[in-house]
Order: sequence, then C-alpha cells, then structure tokens
Amino acid sequence: MSTNNSLNRRKFIKVSALTGGGMLLSFNLLTGCKPSVSEAAELPKEWFQFNGYLKIGDNGLITLMSPNPEIGQNVKTSMPMMVAEELDVNWKKVIVEQAPLNTDLYKPMQLAGGSNSISASWQTMRTAGATAREMLKQAAANEWKVPVSEIETIDGKLIHKASGKSADYGEFASAASKLTVPEKVALKKPKDFKIIGTSRKNVDGQKIATGKPLFGLDYKEEGMLIAMIVHPPAFGLQLKESDVSAIKSMPGIADAFFIDVYPDSKNKQWCDVAAFTKLLAVVGKSTWQVMQAKKTFKPETEPIKASSEKVNVFGTVTEVITPAGFENTTTHKQQMASISPKQVKTVRKDGDPEAAFKKASVIIERSYSCPFLAHNAMEPMNFFANVKDGQATLVGPVQTPSFMEKSVSDRLGIPLDKVEVKMTRMGGGFGRRLYGHFLVEAALISQKMKAPVKLIYTREDDMTNGVYRPAYYATYRAALDENKNLIAFHVKAGGIPENALMANRYPAGAVENYLAEEWAIPTNISVGAFRAPGSNFIAGAEQSFLDEVAEAMGKDPIEMRLELFEKAKSNPVGKNNDYNADRYAGVLKLVKEKSEWSKTQPGISRGVAAYFCHDSYVAHVFDISIKNNKPVIEKVTTAVDCGIVVNPDAATNLSEGAVTDAVGHAMFSGMTFTNGVPDQSNFDKYRMIRNSEAPKKIETHFVKNEIDPTGMGEPSGPPAIGALANALYKATGKRYYVQPFMIENQPIHS
Amino acid sequence: MATYNLKINGKMHETDADPSTPLLWVLREHLDMVGTKFGCGLAQCGACTVHLDDVATRSCVLPVSQVGNHEITTIEGLSEKGDHPVQKAWVEHDVAQCGYCQAGQIMTAAAFLKKNPNPSDEDIAAAMDGNICRCGTYLRIRAAVKSAAKS
Ligand code: FES
Ligand code: FES
Repeated sequence: MSTNNSLNRRKFIKVSALTGGGMLLSFNLLTGCKPSVSEAAELPKEWFQFNGYLKIGDNGLITLMSPNPEIGQNVKTSMPMMVAEELDVNWKKVIVEQAPLNTDLYKPMQLAGGSNSISASWQTMRTAGATAREMLKQAAANEWKVPVSEIETIDGKLIHKASGKSADYGEFASAASKLTVPEKVALKKPKDFKIIGTSRKNVDGQKIATGKPLFGLDYKEEGMLIAMIVHPPAFGLQLKESDVSAIKSMPGIADAFFIDVYPDSKNKQWCDVAAFTKLLAVVGKSTWQVMQAKKTFKPETEPIKASSEKVNVFGTVTEVITPAGFENTTTHKQQMASISPKQVKTVRKDGDPEAAFKKASVIIERSYSCPFLAHNAMEPMNFFANVKDGQATLVGPVQTPSFMEKSVSDRLGIPLDKVEVKMTRMGGGFGRRLYGHFLVEAALISQKMKAPVKLIYTREDDMTNGVYRPAYYATYRAALDENKNLIAFHVKAGGIPENALMANRYPAGAVENYLAEEWAIPTNISVGAFRAPGSNFIAGAEQSFLDEVAEAMGKDPIEMRLELFEKAKSNPVGKNNDYNADRYAGVLKLVKEKSEWSKTQPGISRGVAAYFCHDSYVAHVFDISIKNNKPVIEKVTTAVDCGIVVNPDAATNLSEGAVTDAVGHAMFSGMTFTNGVPDQSNFDKYRMIRNSEAPKKIETHFVKNEIDPTGMGEPSGPPAIGALANALYKATGKRYYVQPFMIENQPIHS
Repeated sequence: MATYNLKINGKMHETDADPSTPLLWVLREHLDMVGTKFGCGLAQCGACTVHLDDVATRSCVLPVSQVGNHEITTIEGLSEKGDHPVQKAWVEHDVAQCGYCQAGQIMTAAAFLKKNPNPSDEDIAAAMDGNICRCGTYLRIRAAVKSAAKS
C-alpha cells in the first residue's frame, strides 16, 4: 500500500466533472493498493485523467476508480463495471483502484450501508464512462476530419467505418483528455449492455487467495506502535482513572493512559455511537505484549448516571436516553412481554380495526422475539492513525469514512481539510463499521504518543464493546370473519431500545382494517444498524405469522399472499404503502415456479416467505429434512427482483451469503447479559453458523427487467428467517417464535 | 526474549520474541507476513490457520517456543505463483466476499485434501466446520474444495 501525505486534496478539484459538467484537472492518485507486478509489467508510460472515475493510459490500459468502501459487497468490481460499460472497453484491460475519500468529487456519498452503492451511483458512474467515450470520439473525429456521429466505439477502439480508420483508445487518450467535457451525453439502453449483466470476478480475488495485504489490520508504517483499549466489564459502568504504573513497566509497553473519546456530546453525529467513552489506552511495540499488559489491568469503575443527549441523525436532532443501572436478559424479556398500553403509540391506522376485532369469529395472536446480536465482522475493529504537525492521517476499515473525518476533526480540533481518512478493504462490517469511535480513539492515542499508531481490538474487545443489533419483540393479531376472510390486522412492535416496525409495508394496504403500533424501552447497552436493520427481525416475524394466518384461512401460503397483493394493487387501503404489489407478487410467482411448489417430496418439509426492503423484492422456499433430530436445510430456492443485475454471479454470492447469515443468526446466535456483563465474549460461547449447518444448496433466480438497480447486500436475508421458521413448522409441528430457534442441545421433535 | 529459527515457506527466518508469543503474531508483526489473519485468538474461528508440516494448525494459540523444527507453511507460501489447486478453485468459484476468512479457509482445505483427496460432501463440510465465515460463503467454499479435489 502506498501512503500519500498530501492532505489538501480538496483544493485540487476545480469542478466536479460529473455534477457540474466541468473538468477535473488534477487528481491525487493512487491511494490504496498498487497494481500487482503482472499488471505493472504492462503499465503505460503516461496516464490521462478524464474524470475522478477513470484514466486511460497511452497503451489503452484503463484505470477505474471504485469510490465506495469495499466491505465484501463486491462494489470494487461491480461499480467500475458500470463505468466500463459506457466507456465501451474490454474488461480485461481494466485495472481497478480504490478511490481516495473525496466527498466533493464522488457523489452522492462514499459510504457502505443501506445497500445503495450501486443504485445511488447508477447514473453518475455510467455518465462518467459515457463522457470519456464521447471525448475520445471527438478527439478521433477532429484528427480524422470526419463527423463525430460517424464514429463508433467497441472494446476500447474507435472506428470510422466509411474511411476504414480505427484506433485504440490509448492513441487518443492524450488529445481527448484535453477537450471540453460535454454537458450532456447519451447513456446506453439496457439491451445494448455488454458488461452490465454479465458475471465478472472479484478484482481482488487472486490477491485474497494469496494472502496479499489488503485489510486495515495489515496496514503498517515505519515506527508504528500498537495500541489497545480497556473498557469497563459491564454496561452501566464507566472507568475511573487509576494508577497504571504497573502496566507501564511491563515488557514492550511504551505508555498507558486514559482517553476520553467523546467528552461532550455537542457535535455528536449518528455514527458516533459508543457505550464506553472513557478508556484506558495501552501502547507498546507488539500486539502480543500489549495484550499481555492489558490483561493485568484491573479497572476501577463507577456506575454511570442516567443521561440524555442530542444526536444529529442526518440533520434531525434526536434525543437519546441512557438509563443508569445493570441490565439482564431475563428482565429484558419480562419487560418486553408486559408492555402497558400507556407505552404504546399508534403509527398507522386504516378503517376501524377495533370494531373488526370485536366482530371477528377467529382471532389469532402471536408474539415473536429476538435477542441482541454482535456484528462479529471477522476482522476485529482496528484503525491506523498518525497525528502530527496539526494533521491527522487515518487508514483502515470504516463504512462511514466521510462522517468519521468530521468526528476526528471535531474531537481533535484539527481543521477538516487537515484530516484524511484512507479506505482499506474491510473484513466485513454488517453495520458495525458505520460507528467509527475507533478512529477517534486511534487519533487521540497517536496524538498523545506523537507517533503513528495502530489500534487493534481483540475479539473480546470487539464483542463486548456494544453497538449491537437491538433486541426486538412484536405481537401480531389477525381477525377472520365467519367465512375465514382476513378482516383486520394488527401489529404492535417494540424493542430495546428501538422497534422494528415497518408500518407502511405489506400487509398494510391489503387489509381493510389495519393497526400498527410501536413502543420502546431505553437501555444503556449501545445499539446500531445491523445488516437489514429492523427487517432482520420483522420480516421473519411477519412472514411466520402470515403462514399461521393462511393456515387458519385454509389457504395455500403463496395463494393467500398473492390474493392480498391483488387487493393491494386493485383497491389499496390507506396511503403511503411503500411497496410495489406487482413486483412483490412477481418474486412469489417466480419462486413458486422454480421451486416446483406444488410437488411434494418424501422427507422434505417446505416453507415460503417473501419480503421487500432496500427497494428490492425477495422470496424464498426452504426445503428441510430432519436428521439426527436436527434440521438440515436441503435446498433454498430464491427469487430476487433488484432491477437490473449489474454482476449476476457476485449478486448471487451476496444473496447466498445473506441467506446463510440470516439463517445462522436466527438459529444459533445471541448476546445475553447478566448484571450488565455480556455473557459471550468470543466464539467459544457466541454461536455462529458453521459450514455444515449452512444450506446444502441455494438456487438463486433473478427477475429479468429493465428497472434501475436496487439494493442487493441486505434484502435476501430477512425473508430467509420466515421461510425457515415455516419449513421448521412443517417438519416438527412446532411454531418457532423465539430466536435463536435452536438453543444448543435442545433437540427438536418431529 | 529468546531467539528462534523458524523454517517458513521453505526459508529460514530468525526472530527474537517472548517464548509465549503465538506464531500468528510472530508471522504478522515480526516477519511481516500478514496473510495469516487474526480472528479470535482462541482457536475458535480458523482465520489464523497455517500448516505445521502438513497439519492445519491454529497459529493464534501456538507459542513460538513450541514450533521447534516443524516446517511452517503460510498462505504466502502455499504455492509460489498463487496457483495451488485450492487457490485456483477459490478464484474460479469467486468464493470471497469480504475475503478476510479466506486465507484460513484455503489453508484448512489444502491440508484436508492432502489427507483426503476424494472427500464426500459431508467430509468437506465437516472438515471446514472450524472456519467461520461471517459473510456466509460456506456453499462456495464447499464447491471450491470439491473442484480442487477433482483437479
Ligand atoms: S484467530 Fe486463531 S482460530 Fe481464530
Ligand atoms: S468472506 Fe467475509 S468472513 Fe468469509
């Protein structure tokens, strides 16, 4: 990896090439990883920069910049594919580099989260490619003295058929890069796509398979020290400063001192979530020595006081309440199961649900719950920081680099343009790396040490530091009339400290009388977004409940859902229904066909579910068998509608992963607490899904359409939990309401 | 502190380390070979898997003092050109998502196939059970091991 110490990159940008129609004149190149040796052998003598996303070499080699942080969602391959498509180049001649963080240049946002990297950059990145293509055509037209409209491009070549002239992009790169950037360019029609819609392998695949340094944890600089932190053993406690001289005298230890990460909450952003803000920092020469030293420290602590603070969530100031005390999972469960009507707030009401429930001949009522979860990205939290001479350089894995630049600037009192965050590949994030307190910590430690520092969390630090998926709870009620028609639907969703209610999602809009309510219980256990926030619980609950409702109605679960979509389409109830009933029904129909839903197989039990989130629609059919008293997921059939699929095999990989991930958490995982102390701190107690427990087979089908792409990193997970629970019911005769479904050593009875 | 002479990827390396230092950190920090990853430090996740002679070993719990004369192979030395059948299969099946666990997965798979060149699907899943992949690439891992076995 290279280090570029130039910090004033913002001044390089004259005009944003894409939004203003201007031309980027100079550009701070080559952060991130340099091309490998084999690639370098063919490197051009000179590169010509067209805009922030691409440069072309005099030999026709293309470098594309991938703007967003790579977290395993494969944007480093899929996003440049969009530029390459419009540029009309041979993918084999493309080198991809991680772009530097530059919020003025890379719009709308260099962020990994919300499954929106592809959809948000769909226009800008294609435009970047098309703009350069048009400039190359113009340069060739000027030279060949032919009308630009007669020039065609294919595979990195400019062709003028009438005269028989042709040239490689490399030949015109210099001239073209100096032309005025066209204001408007035409983009290709989906039917003309040659790269988008074809599977391209991970551009870092070979580097990953050979162990090349790609991750934050692998980053190193001369004279770098290793730092670790100590936080209190329980939520509800804070560190008290105490004598640390014993640690300082341990082998290899350079210093130990207390830091205050967020001393006041004045400028706190949404991504500054941190349960423990007073920490002990232990700094030394090597990780092992620091680990040993840190273990000897017995922290002195005091109980926290109840507090409330205002946090800026995308411009809206929200009040966050933190109660004092030590919390317990058993108490949490009791609290969630005994919510009083006073705590409940109505979010949406259609028709007259009270009256409908009164006259119902059957009422079904069921409650669902799930525990806190730790994100457990395989690469523990870490960050490099070098703060000196009034500048801060930070390198590492974070999903919110531009936000955290601001947090570091605020906390250290260093102007924003003197703070630079460089992105490395991330060993997973799943939402955890949206919350970058560890950047601030690393920067504070480096500032104090006056030396470059790498902050590393142990797995235990990572797992017990907070920012968990909230614990959720939801109660559903359905009313059927004497003809078993669904006449009312009621969802009351809550959680600690937030609920997972999606009030305007299906079946809202499909039921005449509908009531959605919410509640929340505050906690001092910190929480944050976890892959498919909210949906990661509510989809499973809702889809399991609908399965029971369909059964009570005496209907096939797919037919029952399709009838509701028909209603939502032809005669929608209420306003603001946030889904497209046709596309929703579309994935159900596709999964029905592909799974051969109407056929039965001996020994196989099946369950279905469908869900909509991140603007995409996913349906699954799970086929399970029971072997040795354990469920075996024999096959998952998946239907996805995420619009145009940019990189189908990568999207399939992501969908398979989301299914496996969701199933694993629903079956096995959970963070529990005893007197504020996390009961799990490493993978010996925290149960993650293992290879032999993952589905044996997953078949992924995409709906073919020409709709602009939507989210892919998250939507396949949530409905998997519902389909699993419904298949388990068919196999065992038992409904699964409480996650994790498979408490260790608890056999299931068939 | 003591001096150790370690044979890693066919070459001798001399390093000074506290005898209790796990091989993982000697590799990563003393010898600058960062392909071997830190995931748990507790022999629970497999991210740190290396070969000790031909045996897949969790380097995070192996003190450097216990390596002795055993030969160590890391992901960097699994093949000279990155073309070990398992590595090739990994690229071919485009297994990786974030990629962080994959060096450990590959090392586990390579040692396993050496012992059992014709594994059943069940053998493969069982052999790979000690390696966590948070991204959920387990299906592709199995498929890649299977095609590496065939090649
Ligand atoms: S880091 Fe060694 S097994 Fe997890
Ligand atoms: S690929 Fe991300 S942990 Fe395995």
